[in-house]
Amino acid sequence: MGSGSCKNLKEKVIKFIFSATGAIALLTLIGIFLFLFTTGIKSFTQVSAGDFFTGRDWNPTAYQEPQWGILGLLVSTAMITLGSLVIAIPLGIAAAIYLSEIARPNVREIVKPIIEMIAGIPSVVLGLLGILFLAPAIADLFNLSSGLNALTSSIIVGIMVLPTIVSISEDVLRSLPKEFREAGLALGATKWQMIRMTLLPAGLSGLSAAVLLGLGRAIGETMVVLMVAGNSRAMPTSFFDPIRPITANIAIEIKEVVKDSLHYQTLFAMGLVLFALTFVINFISDLIIQKQVRKYQW
Amino acid sequence: MISENNKQKIVFMIIRVAAFFSVAVLILVFIFVFMGGAEVININYLTKMWSHSDIRQGGIFPAILGSVFLGIGVAMASIPIGIGAAIYLNEYAKDNLFTRSIKLAIRNLAGIPSIIYGLFGLSFFVLFLRLGTSLAAASLTLGVMTLPWIITASEEALKAVPLSLREGSYALGASKWQTIQGNVLPHSWSGILTGSILGISRAMGETAPIIVVGATFFMSYLPTSPFDKFMALPYHTFILATQHSSQYAQEYALGTALVLICLTFILNLGVFIIRYKLRKKKEW
Repeated sequence: MGSGSCKNLKEKVIKFIFSATGAIALLTLIGIFLFLFTTGIKSFTQVSAGDFFTGRDWNPTAYQEPQWGILGLLVSTAMITLGSLVIAIPLGIAAAIYLSEIARPNVREIVKPIIEMIAGIPSVVLGLLGILFLAPAIADLFNLSSGLNALTSSIIVGIMVLPTIVSISEDVLRSLPKEFREAGLALGATKWQMIRMTLLPAGLSGLSAAVLLGLGRAIGETMVVLMVAGNSRAMPTSFFDPIRPITANIAIEIKEVVKDSLHYQTLFAMGLVLFALTFVINFISDLIIQKQVRKYQW
Repeated sequence: MISENNKQKIVFMIIRVAAFFSVAVLILVFIFVFMGGAEVININYLTKMWSHSDIRQGGIFPAILGSVFLGIGVAMASIPIGIGAAIYLNEYAKDNLFTRSIKLAIRNLAGIPSIIYGLFGLSFFVLFLRLGTSLAAASLTLGVMTLPWIITASEEALKAVPLSLREGSYALGASKWQTIQGNVLPHSWSGILTGSILGISRAMGETAPIIVVGATFFMSYLPTSPFDKFMALPYHTFILATQHSSQYAQEYALGTALVLICLTFILNLGVFIIRYKLRKKKEW
């Protein structure tokens, strides 16, 4: 009897330890938010939120009057995100259709891990290749003085988000019941008609979640845009302009600022904006995926 | 009018090309890095200290060592907690608010940009806990970033163990922990291990967080304690590629990048092999 309650106690202690490790994950997310929030929010005691979000010029170290507007940086982030998705969505969905519907199983076994390996290439390496090879090629092609611009970085970020989109889209397509395929084919549709008219519409919400996750990745990508986007703070007007997205701006300036200066606080406020954006995007895509999974579980 | 069959042929051809584009990109990346990097890599470059005055004389040994130390530090920080959280979620957790919040937190952590982890590491580990720009602070920062990946991979591995193995153990009178220890973990170690290695190899390739928490480009000694400053391969590549004045800097950046890629891909390859072998062996 005594050993029994001792055993019970041991079980309880072990359970407590495991639930504590689980709680750490939750506390981490809360901690990240709190540390960004408490530092970032202080910047709004000296810079109005209106100036911060709608000001076109970011120039915190200006000699006369510092400028605290992040609109130009936000537009840069939006351009890279859009540009990269224009590349990654068609390629990603096509690759997912290939893996899920067309490829023979043994080909898929090899091709899928290869595509996922792209996610394993350190982003600094892709940035370096962008500087050395892609940027000069783009400059030649379009007669530009420098190829370090929004277009070049969009192409590389597009490649980087590809594995996310492929991997999740493929899971979505494969999760669709095989009756969908059989019914389409039995009605005399070609395989492509079946894919186009049955699978893609049925998987639409899941595929859009995959795209959203890719979008979150693109917004947060730092190294490639830091190295290849050109780093100009001017408001961008075209994809041939050198630009500076929010992530790159934080990485460039965080080393130069004095702790707890207004400049330091505004960089955390930018981090907070980034955090909020990716949080909302991930949350929505998460909801969509859960719903899609539940819809076709039979 | 194109017949439906021909239409399908054309569309499938386009789809195949798109799918193999990704494969081609990966191969191109390898070719460029290997061709450029191999020219500057020799025993000297791998084993000597960095020479600031003439980069052709020195080597990146401290950066290699720094990255390996970082990898070990990240593993120590994230693997125990990651596995613990996965065991909790898969074996203990009831479907309640606490559990759902943890799951939501993990999925969101995985989507947070790495630069944000850098800001968190700077304000929490470097400044608040006063760890300074040290190996420890960087390891903890990257460890926090790696945590959700390890939890997710470990959870998958635990989920793959069939319920019957647990039930058999309970039927023999084993307790929950005895069951986990004796029947669940032995069958999921490989999955947990491969997931963890993948996470750590990705963390070792990260640059943005260690820019923010403060890696060092050049130091004349090797780190001997977790509280020392450190050099790291990705940061070294970044500085050589963008901020170094030497005319040879970009060539040598490719050399460092090649070493980094080799390091991460050795880990990736190991995972690939373990998985491939196990898939053949394990059939419930």
